[in-house]
Amino acid sequence: MTTPLGPTLGPVLDTTVAPTQGARKVGDLKPDLLLTQEHHMCPGCGEPLVLRSFLESLSELGIAQRSIAVVGIGCYTSFSMTMDVDLIQALHGRAPSVATGAKRMRPDSIVFTLQGDGDMVNEGLQEVLHTAARGESVTCILLNNGVFGETGGHMTATTVLGQRTKNSLDGRDAEYHGYPILIGDLIARLEGAEYVARGSVHNAGAVARTKRMIKRAFEIQRDGGGFTFVEVLTMCPTGWFLPTGDGPDYMHETLGEVHVMGELKENGRIRTTEELHEENVRRQQEIEARLAAGGLDEHE
Amino acid sequence: MTEVLASERSNDSTIVTPKRGLMEGSEAIALASIAAGCRFFAGYPMTPFTEVLEHFARYLPEVGGTCINAESELEAVGMAWGALATGERAATGSTGQGLSLMQESFSEATLAELPLVIFNMARGQQDYFQSTRGGGHGDYRHIVLAPVDITEAVELTQLAFHLADKWRNPVLVYGDYLTAHTRESVTIDRLDFGEVPEKDWALDGSLTGTSRSRLISPLGFEKHGRPNPGIERHLRRIADKLRDIEREEVRVETGDVDDAETVVVAFGSPAKFVRYVVRQLRAEGEKIGFVRPISLWPFPYDAVGAAAQGARTVAVFELCAGQMIDDVRLGVMRDAPVVGIGGISTDGSGFGVGPLLDAEIIRERILAVHRGGADAELPPLPDNERAL
Repeated sequence: MTTPLGPTLGPVLDTTVAPTQGARKVGDLKPDLLLTQEHHMCPGCGEPLVLRSFLESLSELGIAQRSIAVVGIGCYTSFSMTMDVDLIQALHGRAPSVATGAKRMRPDSIVFTLQGDGDMVNEGLQEVLHTAARGESVTCILLNNGVFGETGGHMTATTVLGQRTKNSLDGRDAEYHGYPILIGDLIARLEGAEYVARGSVHNAGAVARTKRMIKRAFEIQRDGGGFTFVEVLTMCPTGWFLPTGDGPDYMHETLGEVHVMGELKENGRIRTTEELHEENVRRQQEIEARLAAGGLDEHE
Repeated sequence: MTEVLASERSNDSTIVTPKRGLMEGSEAIALASIAAGCRFFAGYPMTPFTEVLEHFARYLPEVGGTCINAESELEAVGMAWGALATGERAATGSTGQGLSLMQESFSEATLAELPLVIFNMARGQQDYFQSTRGGGHGDYRHIVLAPVDITEAVELTQLAFHLADKWRNPVLVYGDYLTAHTRESVTIDRLDFGEVPEKDWALDGSLTGTSRSRLISPLGFEKHGRPNPGIERHLRRIADKLRDIEREEVRVETGDVDDAETVVVAFGSPAKFVRYVVRQLRAEGEKIGFVRPISLWPFPYDAVGAAAQGARTVAVFELCAGQMIDDVRLGVMRDAPVVGIGGISTDGSGFGVGPLLDAEIIRERILAVHRGGADAELPPLPDNERAL
């Protein structure tokens, strides 16, 4: 069947006759590893999307029942209570060390950390770098929104230049506040790091790609590999002082321009954020060129 | 000296063969920990603690354990935290300065009820306040055990692991340069202090996805659907537990205090010198007794108070400007004047033993107070002119 928008994925519901059966639930939107859908996040927050991604990944890989989470301090800390995961609550910045101790004592388990940019890149930068350098077989997941969300939108080490926060009111100024840290690039250079990726949850495609990254990281850990790291850009409209609906576009156009999505280290190949950026620019130019030539179909 | 442990290596993690020999305190502490079932250690080198780390690094792999050379003290205590959460016996340590860096984790580990064992090989006795009051935040206490010699260090090290599990509370073993570096002939057997509660709180990932998953948190959180104490009730419960410990875990040695006119209070290695001098003076007919707190927290207030009854003067000998003296005053409660007869004394490096730790000099200072009372002028502190 073809519609004016192209081929559809399934039959179109005939609305000219009464339905043959009552409405029913055809799918559960709650991941198995979540005890409740209640949460304490603000509207428009990107963190629950990452929560869903890694919880579903654990279930789909069949490794849930040997998984240990180590959670830092931030908005996401309240997930500690709602995730149906054996969980160690760590102090601000300390999760990678705690994960190290747990993994060394229980090498058959899957140990992962959940940390924000304030937790990991500010307070605990040395922890994550040394854990990566040691090649600990753990997975660190970074929720990067470029602000301390829980305190109400303050500058972190990943805040991009020009970004306005409660303690950089006129925007982050390199002269005055210094430069943002591209944490993935630092980790990718370390020998012990096996897989380093940066995802985002600004649209459905990015969410799907991010979930693949998380799954890949867990697979490597499951197979006994070294340190794995997935950074995910997450919306924080509250901490950015934006209307809720503006979060994804703002993130894509500001944080996403600096913390570029892609695989920074895979199968021993390191790609810098700069290279990822150049690839994106090249791809965009190609698309524009083909569009101009009329040679691009609607699926691209 | 390693061959006994190495050749009789066992897969049973609870069995470590008895080990006998002349060894330094650092080695004895590491081996006593392993005998007690410790399988994880993380630390960062710092004099005079360094050799404790060295011996853990050498022996733990032999029994299937892990010793990590952490990047900093912050990470060392974090690693121990993770190991403890799995139910294994684990420890960390340093000297006072390094322990200062760990204080946030120390107070929070207490609130998370993790049975952490900490070894402080202190520079002198500078860390009494740090150990017994804590440099961290909030209402927490650690059980603090101060061995007088290596033989007692072997016992108290194992007791530390037992008490940590019994109470789900950190325990600190307070040693010093002499504890870490003096060689004594010791025997290391696994000591039995009785049953400890089952660690049904420990986690390994196996309950993930079963709706019975576990949460180890200092925040008073519980998993959704279970009674959630909340932070206030959580903190009150810990405070109640600490009061129970205060009642039940006081340890003290006293000598010749019944008719003593002068009572000398000292702990740890210096107490060994004080005990020797007091016994010597007693043999010479002087009515002098001593009190040696073995647990610095809970402090033996009652024993100190009882010893002060009828005494003219209570003297406190400690290798610092005066820290334990506060607790002694609380115990004596104005029943007798309390005077400090110790002081700051270090070697040229600041790490080791100063000239004050000398039986003859301690004898002079005790006698000055014994004869002249609390207002007696003390001989000047011996100086160490030698620079590093």
